[in-house]
Amino acid sequence: MKGQALAISLVIASGVATFIMSRSTHDSLERTQAAFYQETRFAELFATLKRAPESLRQRIQSLPGVDVVETGTLADVKVDIEGFADPVRGILVSLPENPEDGLNRLYLRAGRFVDPRRDDELIVSEAFAEAHTLRPGDGLYVVINGRRKHLRIVGVALSPEYIYQIAPGDIFPDYKRYGIFWMARRALSTAYDMEGAFNNLSLTLSAQAQEAEVIERIDDLLESYGGLGAYSRENQLSHRYLSEEFRQLERMAMIFPIIFLGVSAFLLNMVVSRMVGTQREQIAILKAFGYSTTDVGLHYIKLVIVIVIIGVGIGLICGVWLGRGLGGLYMEFYRFPFLAFELRPGTIVTAALVSIAAALLGTIFSVRRAAGIAPAEAMRPEAPAIYRETFFEKMGLKRVLSQPSRMIARHIERRPMKSFLSIIGIAMACAIMMVGSFQEDAIDYMVDIQFGRAQREDLAVTFVEPTSRRALYDLENTPGVQYGEPFRVVPVKLRFGHRHYRTGIQGIESGGDLQRLLNKDLNVIALPASGIVLTEYLGKRLGVQPGDTLTVEVLTGSRPHREIQVAAFVSQYLGVSGYMELSALNRLMREGNAISGAYLAVDKAYRTQTFAALKEMPRVAGTTIRESAIKSFYETMGETLLIFTFINTILASTIAFGVVYNSARIMLSERSRELASLRVLGLTRGEISYIMLGELGVLTLAAIPLGFLIGWRFCKVISDNLQTDLYRVPLILESSTFGFAATVVLISTFVSGLIVRQHLDHLDLVAVLKTKE
Amino acid sequence: MQQEIVFQARGLTKVYSMGEVKVHALKGIDLDLYAGELVVLLGASGSGKSTLLNILGGLDTATAGHVNYHGRDLTVANDRELTDYRRHHIGFVFQFYNLIPSLTARENVGVVTEIARDPMKPEEALAIVGLGERLDHFPAQLSGGEQQRVAIARAIAKRPAVLLCDEPTGALDLATGIIVLEALERVNRELGTATVLITHNAEIADMADRVIYLRDGLITEIRKNEEKRAAGSLKW
Ligand SMILES: Nc1ncnc2c1ncn2[C@@H]1O[C@H](COP(=O)(O)OP(=O)(O)O)[C@@H](O)[C@H]1O
Ligand SMILES: [Mg+2]
Repeated sequence: MKGQALAISLVIASGVATFIMSRSTHDSLERTQAAFYQETRFAELFATLKRAPESLRQRIQSLPGVDVVETGTLADVKVDIEGFADPVRGILVSLPENPEDGLNRLYLRAGRFVDPRRDDELIVSEAFAEAHTLRPGDGLYVVINGRRKHLRIVGVALSPEYIYQIAPGDIFPDYKRYGIFWMARRALSTAYDMEGAFNNLSLTLSAQAQEAEVIERIDDLLESYGGLGAYSRENQLSHRYLSEEFRQLERMAMIFPIIFLGVSAFLLNMVVSRMVGTQREQIAILKAFGYSTTDVGLHYIKLVIVIVIIGVGIGLICGVWLGRGLGGLYMEFYRFPFLAFELRPGTIVTAALVSIAAALLGTIFSVRRAAGIAPAEAMRPEAPAIYRETFFEKMGLKRVLSQPSRMIARHIERRPMKSFLSIIGIAMACAIMMVGSFQEDAIDYMVDIQFGRAQREDLAVTFVEPTSRRALYDLENTPGVQYGEPFRVVPVKLRFGHRHYRTGIQGIESGGDLQRLLNKDLNVIALPASGIVLTEYLGKRLGVQPGDTLTVEVLTGSRPHREIQVAAFVSQYLGVSGYMELSALNRLMREGNAISGAYLAVDKAYRTQTFAALKEMPRVAGTTIRESAIKSFYETMGETLLIFTFINTILASTIAFGVVYNSARIMLSERSRELASLRVLGLTRGEISYIMLGELGVLTLAAIPLGFLIGWRFCKVISDNLQTDLYRVPLILESSTFGFAATVVLISTFVSGLIVRQHLDHLDLVAVLKTKE
Repeated sequence: MQQEIVFQARGLTKVYSMGEVKVHALKGIDLDLYAGELVVLLGASGSGKSTLLNILGGLDTATAGHVNYHGRDLTVANDRELTDYRRHHIGFVFQFYNLIPSLTARENVGVVTEIARDPMKPEEALAIVGLGERLDHFPAQLSGGEQQRVAIARAIAKRPAVLLCDEPTGALDLATGIIVLEALERVNRELGTATVLITHNAEIADMADRVIYLRDGLITEIRKNEEKRAAGSLKW
């Protein structure tokens, strides 16, 4: 009874711990984000433009709804770090005279702010500094407006604008090859000929401001200054990625606990009702002493509540501990300077209530059944249960079955509902094991497909600005480069009806080998000569179908609006994009043969030479190395997700064990009398164990395939809910996931079997004979 | 009547300790049991009858003293040896029939015949107790007396040397009890199985070859019946 109660408590604890961990991690991150935004005064609207005089600031400031305005200068730069051959790029951001004032303040992690009068001091983002173990006092080279300049690092900082530090257009963050750098505004303006001007704008809104209206007015104002379109926080790169991840975390924090709590509630219900079922005689005695059904019910309810409360208590402690740990991990990953841990009372109350309700439901039902029997009847030996020959025996299998095997078969068949529930219980345990490990498979698969079939380039080179197609030949003549395919990226807002989405249209040449588009079945499809092809996910977001006509609002140049037909959808697990034939895109833009960069296939042997040559090209703004992108993904995002999964796997194993162990113990208490009788007749310990463990074994073996099925459903629910702008997790289940789930269940069965075997070896033969059934 | 000795118990003692309290259930029993005889163990409730029977049957171990079965000392046997002993040499019948509800009458007997060395057929054993017609009935379909007779058939099917019965009629009414006793009588007579029958009913003692009286863990008297009465003529 004690072991069983503990096992039940552990099942509840695992469910509760998952719930608390997931919720508190999510709530803490959101609170941390809000606190950090507030402390650093993160802006609410953003805009970049080509160049506007500082005087424009006044006009922006006087727009209705605008609160605080901050202007600045941004520049894309290439960076050189001694001893690191790979191309590194980043953004150089201007720092106002008084950096402790205004919007988007830096949060210094080490060192100091730059001297506003100096032009050789630099602050680097913490992620970048850590990736290269840079400290204040170290130096690096930055190519500023074509001139390579040595700068001294004076500080390491965090910024609300770059919490999620990812290069525009990249799918994964790569801290080693992309960094954020801050420099005194005066020095930066001088270098880029931006004195008395700005190309970057942030602002906050007043309380009653209409965001859309402000955006419209700012766009009007900036139009003649090369504005790229103002956007709110929800389209700010770092914030958007962050919210996507939080959204995903929130869904995980909903789905996992629902599955876990649901499964543990189901098991609790099952275990409790069977436990009460074995207490028939005690219930009768209590009733004979004059206790009412309600009294007896209360007795068991109290017992169950104690078990549940112990479980909830353990779960709460573990959940908080895991939540803090996981929160800390995410904090490091997202680079918040502090973690504002938050455990909402509602979270605890929900976990406790769900557990108690599930337990009570199971208890009340079975207690009512047990206590409803008249005392005299319950104390009389229960009439021998009615058995029949099983279906299989009637089919002629009987002759091959020994008596013990017949016992197993008939036990299982006699109470099909009970056997079925045991099977479901074990199957559930198996299923949540799969939930734990499925994402690992999915991530591997996602990366495999995306980079193996669709984005197959070794390097993606981006030019400083759209350039003539001839620039491709320069790239192709670079040492180590085997060949290249050009691309053009145009930042746009796609609009269909009232729905819109900011993204880029990628123009590529059809028939390319490095960039390819995949259909639903992941086969390569040809790029249509006209029209736009959308990632299916984007199509759904916009509510369009192939054949519909979209409005393309170009965000650069003269910001034209064009109509275009959706030609097809493509499948893509990562990112959200629109694709067009390169020349069709250029026609749409009414521009000639422009390209924004190229995808290159390179020979690894010449890696160093290739990188050195690319660094020398003034036209090249940045280079993304596919291999390191994948690696950095696994190192950061993958790891974070997998730790979440790993913890869940452990909790799932606990549940699996708790269920199997409880099933075994219940079976033992139901069978011990019979087994003792057999021992009296001279059956050995091994022979009676066969009967008992054989039944457990048969149930387990039947449960595993069912568990696979349920697990597949669970994974599908998760996969359906993990569709975000960042990535869509496909429903991919490797055989290792099935194998692992089955193994854990089998090991649980084996260990439970060993424990039960211990009990079987110490059956009290004499005591059994003295009592009636 | 000079017969082969099956059991020889000397100075058999059993002490149950329940925490501080020690219960002396057997206080030094000396007893010989002969092949083929039918012995009734008579005594008040709590006098130690079941304890003695369980030790003889290898279900329990003595605290002190020795039990010799065909030259083997049961008091030093380990669990495996005792299991083997029960499996091949001893038949048990208890007050509560302890049948396996999931198995038919035939199969309940089959549990034993499957593992015995020279068993009779289950059908044969059931015929001896008069149940040749109810082979394929499950316990739930049999009356109490019938269930007890299945238990007897199960006990004798291995052709045990000894049949140990602990109040086999305790849960039955008179008429049914007598049918069960007749079955035991027949087994004893036809198969020559030495039988020990526990009862607290003095009347039943009349069907025995010898009656052993137990009180407070000691044998107070051993009486030989000059004339056995047929089970069918008993009344209580
Ligand atoms: N497992 C046990 N633990 C403690 N005392 C026991 C146990 N079994 C029997 N006794 C005690 O030993 C004595 C003899 O019991 P038992 O052999 O069952 O008597 P009988 O069968 O003659 O009624 C009784 O006092 C009984 O209470
Ligand atoms: Mg007794």
